[in-house]
Amino acid sequence: MNEKILTGSQSHMSDLVEVEEGTKIIPGASTIITSIDKLVNWGRSSSVWPMTFGLACCAIEMMATGSSHYDFDRFGVVFRASPRQSDVIILAGTVTKKMAPVVRRVYDQMPEPRYVIAMGSCACSGGIFDTYAVVQGADSFLPVDVYIPGCPPRPEALMEGVIKLQEKIKKEHFRWSPWR
Amino acid sequence: MEPLEIVSRLKDKFFSEIIEVKQFRDQVFVSVKKEKIISICRFLFDDPDTYMNYLADICGADYPDREDRFEVVYNLFSIKHNHRLFIKALISAADPVIDSVVPIWRGADWHEREACDMYGIVFNGHPDLRRILMPEDWEGHPLRKDYPLKGHKDREYKGFEELKDLHSHDKEWNINA
Repeated sequence: MNEKILTGSQSHMSDLVEVEEGTKIIPGASTIITSIDKLVNWGRSSSVWPMTFGLACCAIEMMATGSSHYDFDRFGVVFRASPRQSDVIILAGTVTKKMAPVVRRVYDQMPEPRYVIAMGSCACSGGIFDTYAVVQGADSFLPVDVYIPGCPPRPEALMEGVIKLQEKIKKEHFRWSPWR
Repeated sequence: MEPLEIVSRLKDKFFSEIIEVKQFRDQVFVSVKKEKIISICRFLFDDPDTYMNYLADICGADYPDREDRFEVVYNLFSIKHNHRLFIKALISAADPVIDSVVPIWRGADWHEREACDMYGIVFNGHPDLRRILMPEDWEGHPLRKDYPLKGHKDREYKGFEELKDLHSHDKEWNINA
């Protein structure tokens, strides 16, 4: 239906070029026809800003991923120093029961839509620390979107995790509206 | 000074306080009664020949089979003379109280807080005896041998319990999910 309205006449219909599923362009007219879902998800997934927040040794690996050699910036992943400016919190390390309320508070301060990545075996399941003081899996108190196994995960694994999150964001429907 | 020389000096002054002297790989351990721990430490600090000016560490220890269940281990070192001595104060489970050595070494503050947090040993005269590692409303002393490694099954830490309730509520109402 959009095609008819925007292109006007039948003769120009053939000018539309479908570049991918659900996205069409009019050559030479600098025009893209797509859904708001796609546009919004594209924008969101291209700038996943994580919270600068490390809990244990996995944070070292996260910092390595963020710096020049592995270069997180090329995915649009830029570490932010404030939860108010972040989209995702990477739980990099062991979550203790003493730290869990702090993690929850930082998470609560983030604006929606917000995502959680559990990085490393400790954040995923408690890891080797099956003890009185350690949370057995961050999903017991936060909605985790992506689990990255490893002790610690290599930077490639963390990048894979973020790419998985981007894929998840790209599949969202109607999340730009308050009536979802 | 050799550690055994220091021990002989200690014996001259506090003979009735010393329970046992042990040696292991050139390290000397002196077990003492807890009542005069302040005087013993003060003596080791004040005497110019020993001058233990560096309290490297204070540990607690739990030996459930012994008559005096707990121990507080003072790792004393003299930077001036380069000698070291371990003092162990024996503490019973019925009365887990000992005098604080913070008046002698200010650095004992956090070490004693840790021993108090982990073993429940109370240090008399400590300026600020709070928990240092566990949350302040935590129940129990985790490094005691009778404390289960995975915590008590029936009672979860209150602060974390609240957090889990919050999360299950969020899931129920499809918030953040």
